[in-house]
Amino acid sequence: MAESENIVAETAEKIFADLADAQTINHDKQGAWKAPLWQALTEAGLPLSWVPDNLGGSGASLAEGFSVLNVAGRHAIAVPLAETMLAGWLLTQAKIASPEGEMTVVPASPKDRVTLNADGSLSGRARGVPFAKDAKHFAVLASGKDGISIALVDAVKCRIESGIGLGGDHNDTVTLDKVQPVITKPAPKGFEQTTLMLMGGVARSLQIAGALEAMLDISVRYSNERVAFEKKISKFQAVQHNLARLAGENAAALAAATSAADTIVSAKSLDTDAVFLEAASAKIRCSEAAEKGSGIAHQVHGAIGFTIEHILHRYSLRALAWRDDFGSESYWAVELGKLVANRGADELWPLVASR
Amino acid sequence: MTAALRFDPIRLPEKCEQLRKEVRAFLAEEIAAGTFDPHAPNREDNDAPEFSRRVGAKGWLGMTWPKKYGGQERSFLERYVVTEEMRVANAPTRRFFVADRQSGPVLLKYAPEHIKMDILPRICRGEVCFAIGMSEPNSGSDLFAAKTRATKTDGGYLINGTKIWTSSAHIADYMIAIFRTSPPTKENRRHGLTQFLVKMKQPGIQVNPIGQITGQFEFNEVVFTDYFVPDDHVLGEVDGAWKQATSELAYERSGPERFLETYYVLTELVRAVGKNPDTRSAEGIGRLVAQVHTMRRMSVSVAGMLQAGKEPVVEASIVKDIGTVWEQQLPHRVRDLAAFVEETATNRETLEKQLDFAIKTAPKLTIQGGTTEVLRGIIARGLGLR
Repeated sequence: MAESENIVAETAEKIFADLADAQTINHDKQGAWKAPLWQALTEAGLPLSWVPDNLGGSGASLAEGFSVLNVAGRHAIAVPLAETMLAGWLLTQAKIASPEGEMTVVPASPKDRVTLNADGSLSGRARGVPFAKDAKHFAVLASGKDGISIALVDAVKCRIESGIGLGGDHNDTVTLDKVQPVITKPAPKGFEQTTLMLMGGVARSLQIAGALEAMLDISVRYSNERVAFEKKISKFQAVQHNLARLAGENAAALAAATSAADTIVSAKSLDTDAVFLEAASAKIRCSEAAEKGSGIAHQVHGAIGFTIEHILHRYSLRALAWRDDFGSESYWAVELGKLVANRGADELWPLVASR
Repeated sequence: MTAALRFDPIRLPEKCEQLRKEVRAFLAEEIAAGTFDPHAPNREDNDAPEFSRRVGAKGWLGMTWPKKYGGQERSFLERYVVTEEMRVANAPTRRFFVADRQSGPVLLKYAPEHIKMDILPRICRGEVCFAIGMSEPNSGSDLFAAKTRATKTDGGYLINGTKIWTSSAHIADYMIAIFRTSPPTKENRRHGLTQFLVKMKQPGIQVNPIGQITGQFEFNEVVFTDYFVPDDHVLGEVDGAWKQATSELAYERSGPERFLETYYVLTELVRAVGKNPDTRSAEGIGRLVAQVHTMRRMSVSVAGMLQAGKEPVVEASIVKDIGTVWEQQLPHRVRDLAAFVEETATNRETLEKQLDFAIKTAPKLTIQGGTTEVLRGIIARGLGLR
């Protein structure tokens, strides 16, 4: 990790440690911690990390932003930091300035479509949009007769059917019924909905990898404290092997996610087989790791980890929920499988080895 | 944080890509000349001495070693490229693989100069084959229970006892083995074992082949009867082999051979399903490709750490744990997916033959070179659980 990434990640780490301590926020049912946390993140320029100065952001590098997402995953925070970063990134693609405040991206699933109408309005329905209820603006990707456009939309102009996702965060359905955007601009050449989904998928992969690291950490700690059959449960080989497997899942998720992020950082174009392999693989592997890893973390904790008072669910359920955003692992596996089959058997190894 | 696992996104340097092209071109020529069939991993004769010499002539054996011993002083990442290309092509590497990966580095570190000058250049030329003498009939994963004795005598040691599951012992010129020179102490049960260089094909050594469930005769029982090893063949500290064994294991555990052993069935499955797979096949292939890509990224990351002089023992153990579990499952997953492949697929027979062999191979993958159970113990220690 480069020096600057370290500094930005450390800034994020410090803010989360001070204002989003897992024990504290787990007991704060009113969510009073959210506003001060968001304010601190905003003051540090983190939500608009990926927006250059001239478009209203802090102009951090892609790599710095990715490192923040990994840290955010380790803290499984329930504010739309990743979503606002992605929204700012999307708007920046079309050189649209980012407003202040929380944002999210529409659509957040490869299946949903928003249409740019001839009169410049937007129509469509997007399900499973993370934090739509908390957002002031949406960064919208829409298809029209002239191709793909990117728009900034005022959230109050859209119909939002509120829902709560697996992780306990807002996961809403956003309906645009001839909504006039604040501004619309064409997306750069080659930028497709898939591009947004791949970027969102990498963001979620980094968050899952972070959550798994936290799960490993608290599981190891718990196993070294909990006594059963007159010894620490960490001394039982069955428990040790479970934790070793959890470490393996954490490692695989970390490797896949950071590799994909690194690929995007250094890619000249996001429309290549290499980016697709890396980003799709990260989402697939991290989602699989979320399932296996959270299962082990809960097994190690026993009944206490199943309680609302314990912090484990903050990580385990979010990691599981993140699997669904920007295309599930099943979706990406089908798409990756199709690409590999299309290129042919003898091109598979050269593709893998090119990374 | 407890673990602080590191898997930085290390990429192979640009110069590796030129090397990769050279290796692919070389292998293509060898395939064209009939040296080996890339679609037939079930090679009756994996021992290919002439091929081994040609690989040596290319400068691809001992390539990280000092030039004065015949090496090329190239990086560990360049070696990685050669290893993975050979593996994916199903090239017959048996004769040189162990010497290049493991035995050479041990000699470099512990052998006296005249032995290094004698043997290392021959390894680099692809002329000598090595075996590793670790397991015994009652000592496998529990390495430190080894009983085969090395008794001090004039100018050397007399070896008596039996090694078992010794791959390639029937063709090997040398073995690097651990023998008991002293009993274990109360304080340290690992004490008392010494590493030796053993010259094979000599009186006093009897090699008995052992058939494997794959139908191959790849490992052996090796019986030593009053076999004499001279003093200068002691490698490292007498009674202190346990100090030497651990750090090198990172190399052994994290290489491409730890997740690519059954890879050929995936290639063949992709061929069998054709350009337009149904959803089920596409999803299955996608998940397998995501996995092999991730494993490779982890493995390259460890290789990069080794090149940088670090000792990523836990990370390397993780690579072997999940890599071998995956390559063990791979033929079964491919079998699942192949169930609906069209009868007319032209490579159907090849795929079926490969699956048959890969499924038979699979059980050994999580046993050889450190069982999954031992690896998880090492990982657990790294996590602070032991």
